[in-house]
Amino acid sequence: MAKIKVYSTPTCPYCIRVKNYLKEKNILFENIDVSVDEAGLAEMIRVSGQMGVPVISIDGDVMVGFDQEKIDSKLGLG
Amino acid sequence: MYELIIVGAGPAGITAAVYAARKKIDFLLVTQDVGGQTLLSSDVENYTGYQFITGPELVAKFEEHLKQFNVGLKKDEPVERILQAKEGHFVVETKKAAYSAKTVIVASGRRPRWLDVKGEEPLRNKGVSYCATCDGPLFSKKNVVVIGGANSALDATLQLIHIASYVYLININPELGGDPIMRDKVQAAKNVKVFNSAVTKEIFGAQFVEGIKFEQNGVANELKVQGVFVEIGSIPNSNIVDFVAKNNNGEIIVDNLNRTNMPGIFAAGDVTDVPEKQIIVAAGEGAKSVLGVSRYLYQSGS
Repeated sequence: MAKIKVYSTPTCPYCIRVKNYLKEKNILFENIDVSVDEAGLAEMIRVSGQMGVPVISIDGDVMVGFDQEKIDSKLGLG
Repeated sequence: MYELIIVGAGPAGITAAVYAARKKIDFLLVTQDVGGQTLLSSDVENYTGYQFITGPELVAKFEEHLKQFNVGLKKDEPVERILQAKEGHFVVETKKAAYSAKTVIVASGRRPRWLDVKGEEPLRNKGVSYCATCDGPLFSKKNVVVIGGANSALDATLQLIHIASYVYLININPELGGDPIMRDKVQAAKNVKVFNSAVTKEIFGAQFVEGIKFEQNGVANELKVQGVFVEIGSIPNSNIVDFVAKNNNGEIIVDNLNRTNMPGIFAAGDVTDVPEKQIIVAAGEGAKSVLGVSRYLYQSGS
C-alpha cells in the first residue's frame, strides 16, 4: 500500500478537500498539521521547496495542491 | 453545438447550471475549479438558510445539488478565450478543446490583485500569499506584513494577530479604510503596527521571504518578515472575452437581464459590474442569467 502524507492546515480549503477525497476513497494517510507541527512544517518546506498547502507525498513523490487527476493516476483510482 | 456554455463554477455558475438543468437546456459547464472564491471564504454567516457555514462546506452543498442532475462538467479546464465564430455561434476555448454554443454565460469571477513589485512573483508560495485564511497558520510565531488598507487587509490582519508574533500593516493611503468595527479592533491589537502613506517597493529573500522594502513620505524603510500577505483587492477574470463592453475596472457591463452588449453573451456574478460582490448575490445573478438565456433561445427560435 502506498505511503501517503498530507501536509495541511485546518483552515485551508484545498486541504479539507484533499482529506475528504482520500477519506471518501477509503485511503489511509498521515495528516501533518503544519500549523502546530514545526518539524512537519520544516519537512514540508524541505521536500516541496515552498510554503503553500496542501502538499501531498505519495511514496515520496511530492505534489503541491489538490490535483485529483494526478492523485487518481498515482493511486490507480478512477 | 450546445445551446449554452457556462464559464466558471462559483456560486453564479453552479446556480446557473442548476437552473439550466431544470430548464432542460443542452449545456456544458467549463471551469478551472468548482467553488471559485467561495472556497477561500472562512466563515459565511449571510447565506440564507445557513446561520453559519464555511466556504468549503457551502461549496460541497452546491456540488451535491449540482450532482442531482446529469451535468456535462469540464473541470480543471480554465477557459482561455471566448470567440465569436459567426452571429449566434460562439466558441469557448480551453487548453484541451474548443466547444461551440449558441449562448454563453460568463461567470468567471475574480482573482486577487497582484502588487506588481520586484520579488513578488519568484517568492509566491515562498512567503508571499494572497489568502490569510489558507496560509496564515504557517506563520505561527513569525513576523508578517499585510499589504492593503481596506476590509480584506483588516480581515487578514485580525486573523494573523492570533497566529503571528507581530503584524505590520502597510497602507498606501493616509488613513485606514474599511469598516469602523474592524479598524478599531486592528488599532486596539497589541501586536500590530500600522504604516500609513506607505508604498511597498520590493519583497526580498534568497529562497523564502526575508523582508520588504517600502517608502513612507519619501523615506525608504525596511522590515524583516517571514510572510507577506497581499490584500489589495481583486480583479475580474474578464480578459477571456474581448468583444463585450466593460467598465473602467474591467468588469463586464450587464443589464438587469444579465445581457451584455453582444446578443447571446450573458454574464453573472463577480465578473460583472453588479456592485455587490457577495455569494448570495452571485447565486441570484446566476439564476437570472439562465432565465435570460432561456428567453433569448426561445425568441431566436431554437
